[in-house]
Amino acid sequence: MVSVIKVEGVGRDFTVRKKVGRLRRNAFVVTAVTDLSFVVQRGEMVGYIGPNGAGKSTTIKMLTGILVPSTGELTVAGLTPSVERTELARKIGVVFGQRTTLWWDLPLRDSFELLRRIYRVPDPRFRTNMRTFSDLLDLGPLLDTPVRQLSLGQRMRGDIAAALLHDPEVVYLDEPTIGLDVVSKSNLRDFLRETNRERGTTVLLTTHDLDDIEQICSRVMVIDHGRLVYDGGLTGLHQLGGARRTLVVDLVEPAAALELPGAETVRVEGPRQWLSFPADASAAPLIADIAERHEVADLSIREPDIEAVIKQLYTNTSAWSSPPPFVE
Amino acid sequence: MGLLYAVAHLSFRRYSTYRAATLAGIFTNCVFGVIICFTYIAVWEQNPTAGGYDVTDALTYVWLGQAMLMTVAMWSGGATDELAGRIRSGDVALDLHRPVSLLGWYLASDLGRAVYHLLSRGVAPTIVGSLLFDLRYPPDVLTWLVFALSVALAVTVSFGVRMLVSASAFWLLDDTGVKQLAAVCATFFSGLTVPLVLFPGWTREVASLLPWASYLQVPADLWLGKLTGLDVLAALGFQAIWTVILLWACHGALILANRKVVVQGG
Amino acid sequence: MASSLSAVGWNIRAYLLLARMWIRVSMTYRASFVTLTVGQFFITGLDYVGIAIMFSNVDTLAGFSFSEVAFLYGGSALCLGLADLVLGNIERLGTRIRMGTFDVMLVRPVSVFVQMCADEFALRRLGRITQAAGVFAWSITALDIDWTASRVAMLPYLVATGTVIFLAIFTLGAAVQFWTAESSELANAFTYGGSTLAHFPLTIYPREGIKALTFVIPLGFVNWYPSLFILDKPDPLGLPPAIQFAGPIAAALLSVLAAIVWRRGTRRYQSTGS
Repeated sequence: MVSVIKVEGVGRDFTVRKKVGRLRRNAFVVTAVTDLSFVVQRGEMVGYIGPNGAGKSTTIKMLTGILVPSTGELTVAGLTPSVERTELARKIGVVFGQRTTLWWDLPLRDSFELLRRIYRVPDPRFRTNMRTFSDLLDLGPLLDTPVRQLSLGQRMRGDIAAALLHDPEVVYLDEPTIGLDVVSKSNLRDFLRETNRERGTTVLLTTHDLDDIEQICSRVMVIDHGRLVYDGGLTGLHQLGGARRTLVVDLVEPAAALELPGAETVRVEGPRQWLSFPADASAAPLIADIAERHEVADLSIREPDIEAVIKQLYTNTSAWSSPPPFVE
Repeated sequence: MGLLYAVAHLSFRRYSTYRAATLAGIFTNCVFGVIICFTYIAVWEQNPTAGGYDVTDALTYVWLGQAMLMTVAMWSGGATDELAGRIRSGDVALDLHRPVSLLGWYLASDLGRAVYHLLSRGVAPTIVGSLLFDLRYPPDVLTWLVFALSVALAVTVSFGVRMLVSASAFWLLDDTGVKQLAAVCATFFSGLTVPLVLFPGWTREVASLLPWASYLQVPADLWLGKLTGLDVLAALGFQAIWTVILLWACHGALILANRKVVVQGG
Repeated sequence: MASSLSAVGWNIRAYLLLARMWIRVSMTYRASFVTLTVGQFFITGLDYVGIAIMFSNVDTLAGFSFSEVAFLYGGSALCLGLADLVLGNIERLGTRIRMGTFDVMLVRPVSVFVQMCADEFALRRLGRITQAAGVFAWSITALDIDWTASRVAMLPYLVATGTVIFLAIFTLGAAVQFWTAESSELANAFTYGGSTLAHFPLTIYPREGIKALTFVIPLGFVNWYPSLFILDKPDPLGLPPAIQFAGPIAAALLSVLAAIVWRRGTRRYQSTGS
């Protein structure tokens, strides 16, 4: 395994001037990212998620060399981004979700032509890539259309192809599926998976759409309040901060809502009851407890929904700054 | 009326948030003022009565020009540019069906802007100019009032012209050419490049009849006391006639535009 | 050395690539390109008409005849026009920063300075350049001068140094926007203001003014000092004639300053993110 991105103890502060009174302004130091450390191996596909303002884009900006870290060290593809920014630019691809990097008034083909020259992509390589992209992203019919006439989904496809044209080692995708319809999303995900498999491109993507992560990422990093609060597999996310599983019991006879230690009865419907309990607790003692008091006809356990976990994370962020970071 | 006042006030407030831009603009106005002043000093040294102005008149005229430049939005900008933007985006269809007069709304907004620009980009360079050069000021309260009225009319005439230019976007795909032409005419025929009084022969008379004369030459002549008695009324009347003609034309253009939007759906 | 030379070569190539792209963009709106080019011709042309109108009221201006002032005007406008063509839209830096599109430039393998210079490259500015060159050429034929080889050689010298000085001023004006993004109009005072100032003989200014324009903001080297030589006029400051050939030194110093400020500005952007 070769590590492509190495981030060690990286922090980033901003000085913000706020108006106090009519003319005076005071300077405040705001910490966007603190003590960030992670390593991404070649060929990994990592989802980078967190609420707005958590420090996602600050991290991406540091990884691309747009911003210098205040503390710590980071290297991407063996280079220090802020110092060797233009060299690094040849090795990375960036898609800035809402902002297109394509030439608005010209046919898509012209943008690719220009990028080919700017990134000095060898001719045969360019032709192969264009063929692949045309096939997988269905760009063929769009090449002669001016970018301004493309739909959002078509433009995003163009932007992603543009970012991959020079065979970058690492690609950063910022909200690549935002605003796309279901089919476009699914095609795009297929394409990213394919690219990753074929070329070993490392992908780091930020998103609000958890399907993106479930379908393409083998690893998730969650950032909140500038700290990495989770770094690991998708399944481990379940255990993150108070996620709960649900035990559904079908009793033989309807009964009053069960009252058991370590579980909460959230719903009763005739003989069926729903009990919620912490995801990291075992269901066995709970089941034993119930079986002791009632006759049980059937049982099932529902795993927590990641979406719900994240939603909770986004809506209830303040609760997240206090518990110690959970790192797998 | 209350609504229009609120619109104007909002516009004033909006422009006043760009403080650094205003300061940069004032500085630029001052630099140009100084450069043009020394040029005019050289001109009036050679010909002390050029255009019926003495050198003090000429220098005062320079700073009035810098003050009026942004106040009348000589090079476009202001509320009318928003209209052009809304026409391009198609949002104007909503505006056309609002219960308030579109023309009144944009005029109020532009007047709010003009008041802000007069108080900042108008007053500040004039103060700087008065510290650096010997200038002439209106002799009495009445002249000040007449000048103020003339400035208000100047802004309205300029608004009418700019509104027509923006409305051309209803019919032209790209209005940048028209806009540029309008800016050229405004700069030259307002007397910003050179006072209209220096124009030779008949060109001076023609230029004084065009709407752009009311942007700068007319208010300046009032400030300098070049006009007295009935001539004052004639000057204000000249501006008022152009105000009426242009606002009427704008009104007509918007009716035609409305018809076009209704028929073609934008 | 070889690598830095190839870097310069690469940046020039990248500039041309980007500029060509923007020319193609402007050609997609051909009608508006033609209107704007013609418009540019007239806009600056009216400045010249303004000078002509002044001369309908006077015979000379500070001891300079109409054709002599036309020579100054043409030289200054030509230099400004050329500089504006090369990197005029660098003044949009503040807007780019505000819109976040400057970040896009930072992740491309081309110097951001080159990208900003080529940004929305406007070929329509040839309209202005044509007008200025026309006046310049006319004044050269109208001037009653013995065109010796040294005077003729002075013409390209004037255009080259003047253009470089304006290039540096444009860059400085834009670089300031790294600190105050709203200040784009400040640069106008020095670019367009500087060019307007150079339309006229500097003898209209007090001696202190001319000194400042020689030693502080070296706008005097755009066309004033070369013109003194060509038009055979006395130097109002009585400086040694060598000053008339010191333009390249002034241009180089100003360029170095501009490069330093630009570099500091980009560093500041990278460390503040705004």
